[in-house]
Amino acid sequence: MKKVRVSTGILAMAVIALGATSCKDTKKEGSSADGVQSEHMDDNGHMGDGMEDHSQMDQDNINQGGMAMMSSEVVADYLTLKNALVSDDKDGAATAGEKLEGSLKDFDTSKFSDEQQAELTDIIEDATEHAEHIAKSDIGHQREHFDILSKDVIDLLAITGSERTLYQAYCPMYNNNKGAQWLSATEEIKNPYYGSKMMTCGSVQKQIN
Amino acid sequence: MNAVKTTGWILLVALVGIQFVPTERNKSDVVPKTDFMVVNEVPKNIENIIKTSCYDCHSNNTDYPWYNRVQPVAWFLEGHIENGKEELNFNEWDTYSGRKKKSKLRSIISQIKDDEMPLASYTLIHRDAKLSDTEKKTVLDWVSKLKDSL
Ligand code: HEC
Repeated sequence: MKKVRVSTGILAMAVIALGATSCKDTKKEGSSADGVQSEHMDDNGHMGDGMEDHSQMDQDNINQGGMAMMSSEVVADYLTLKNALVSDDKDGAATAGEKLEGSLKDFDTSKFSDEQQAELTDIIEDATEHAEHIAKSDIGHQREHFDILSKDVIDLLAITGSERTLYQAYCPMYNNNKGAQWLSATEEIKNPYYGSKMMTCGSVQKQIN
Repeated sequence: MNAVKTTGWILLVALVGIQFVPTERNKSDVVPKTDFMVVNEVPKNIENIIKTSCYDCHSNNTDYPWYNRVQPVAWFLEGHIENGKEELNFNEWDTYSGRKKKSKLRSIISQIKDDEMPLASYTLIHRDAKLSDTEKKTVLDWVSKLKDSL
């Protein structure tokens, strides 16, 4: 177990180091596409040092007006999927899963810092797999995948920000009382994990802007 | 009577014939450094269960006893290996991101719990791959612990 942690640590450091060096290269070359990135870096000052904490990241998101827009398609499809699961609608969820697969594929990470790109790539890869499975599973499995997918989307929004206000809700009962989160456009609790069986399980944890 | 005989012959010839259709073998002698068993400290009994029950379809190395080499079994297996490896390849475990590892462990737990893995069509022939209730519990407990430690 220790080994894994150490190697993950080394990997993380490598990624950070890579990020730092490529940022330097970017400045030297200064082509138009890279220009956007270095400008963005100057805005935030500390981009690329890899040491920012989450509150600082949130701060960045507010400044990144254009970034939040990039997640809007993903958010829209995610919400359609969530609503289908709330209505116990397996076919609707499958269709929404397929659509989400597409919008995840179209998500353009190139405007983000190298470090954020690495994180986004992992998130999108994982989320895509869950969307794929949702497109072809029975509703029980759809909900299992939706649980992990929700985490992915929450993490994605922590980087990109969201254009529309979302509510992050939590139901402590799902998955043998391990609990599960989801995102909703309204404050009212409508549970996608249980649907009509237990519509009101859960409470809002926080608001995402 | 003659028609039955002819059909019988055709079937027999077909059955023999398809034995010569080549299928790709999923074989590799190297255990990569990224293998699940290499990067995790897996107790021997757990390792045995997972290798026996899952590695045929979820690694780069399938065991080929004679019944796995006979057609149409080999075809059937080839298809499953292709899809199975795409979903989960234990040999490539450490190339997965932390997020993907967690995600896969979660899937492994639910697949075993719901008796969806190993595939029923496979345990029909590979009786030793079928998990007993105690084996299931042992594996599930261990995998859950691994998942929580990530
Ligand atoms: C006969 C081949 C075969 C064996 C043996 C097998 N699998 Fe699979 N597995 C597949 C195939 C094919 C898929 C992809 C298609 C599917 O999801 O049904 C798959 C998919 C999976 C998935 C992803 C499913 C999801 O919904 O996320 C997991 C996890 C998994 N297998 C775990 C296991 C585990 C654990 C074992 C051993 C206990 C095992 N498999 C044994 C063929 C096999």
